[in-house]
Amino acid sequence: MATDAAHDAHEHHHYTTTGLDHKKIAIWAFIGSECMLFMSLISTYLIYKGKSVVGPWPHEFWCKATNTAAATAEALAGCPADQIYKPILNIPVTSASTFVLLMSSLAMVLALAAVEMKDQPLPAGAGLGDRMLRSSKLWLWMTAILGATFLGFQAYEFTSFVHEGLTIKTNLFGSSFFTLTGFHGAHVTAGVIWLLTLLAIDYKRGLGPKDALKVDIAALYWHFVDVVWIAIFTLIYLIQ
Amino acid sequence: MSSNSAHSEEAHEHPTWSTYKWIALWLTLITVVEVWAYYIPAFVASNYFVPALLIMSAVKFTVVVMYYMHLKYDHALFRKLFVGPLIIAIATFFALMFVFRKMFQ
Repeated sequence: MATDAAHDAHEHHHYTTTGLDHKKIAIWAFIGSECMLFMSLISTYLIYKGKSVVGPWPHEFWCKATNTAAATAEALAGCPADQIYKPILNIPVTSASTFVLLMSSLAMVLALAAVEMKDQPLPAGAGLGDRMLRSSKLWLWMTAILGATFLGFQAYEFTSFVHEGLTIKTNLFGSSFFTLTGFHGAHVTAGVIWLLTLLAIDYKRGLGPKDALKVDIAALYWHFVDVVWIAIFTLIYLIQ
Repeated sequence: MSSNSAHSEEAHEHPTWSTYKWIALWLTLITVVEVWAYYIPAFVASNYFVPALLIMSAVKFTVVVMYYMHLKYDHALFRKLFVGPLIIAIATFFALMFVFRKMFQ
């Protein structure tokens, strides 16, 4: 009997000699290795920054006819109007997508909190707000939708870049930019799929405190994707 | 016994909804300030622009890692697993920038 209980206790949590769950140690080790991957991609982007021999460029106006760049369109005097390309990075759109990803992190911590508190009774006189805070489905949906929205912004950005003449083959900026942000987008996509699998489990049998570790691990991955974007947004988009 | 110690090692306080809400608000506010700074040409041209953006970004990064990823409340081993590779990554970044920027000049 006692053995069965001990077996049940260990069914979902496999502890190591450190007393910590091995899955949580693994996700932190994975996140550590991902830090190195993304730092190498960011380094590559910054090393090649300003080394492209043809446009379009991220922060400068570009005259295609003469292949010259300038900080303002007026500085490209003599260039035909239809040959002037504006700076390719769209800061308002990217700012909106950054806000969306930050809010998805908030939704994710609330999803984890909702799963951890699932067994606790609601306080007397609990209102709609309290009920919403206890709904893991709501916050998991919210996180997945915000993640998908971020991917929508990225798809829009990539499409507009291609229409403006920047592809992964155009110049060093295009190669390093699409590789870096494409890798990040792939990570967000994996995160959204992970969230949808958690939602499927939640609908099938309900997520409860015994599943908190599963949600915690997914949350760690999701927040990591968010912090990588915090670095990318500043280093690639804002610093000129 | 080992199960009990395992659970006590994992037991940690998490911030409340109110803390999460304030953190989200501060993160949004810092992002707004970053973008606002981007549109001030005089500030962009000054020597303060890049350090200011890097500091704001580092603050956002740290806040998310400490509070949303619960690293502040979790076991020290998790902190080591994250900070160790992060230090290696930052050192590699500076080494690469030093070597290649010099090569391209």
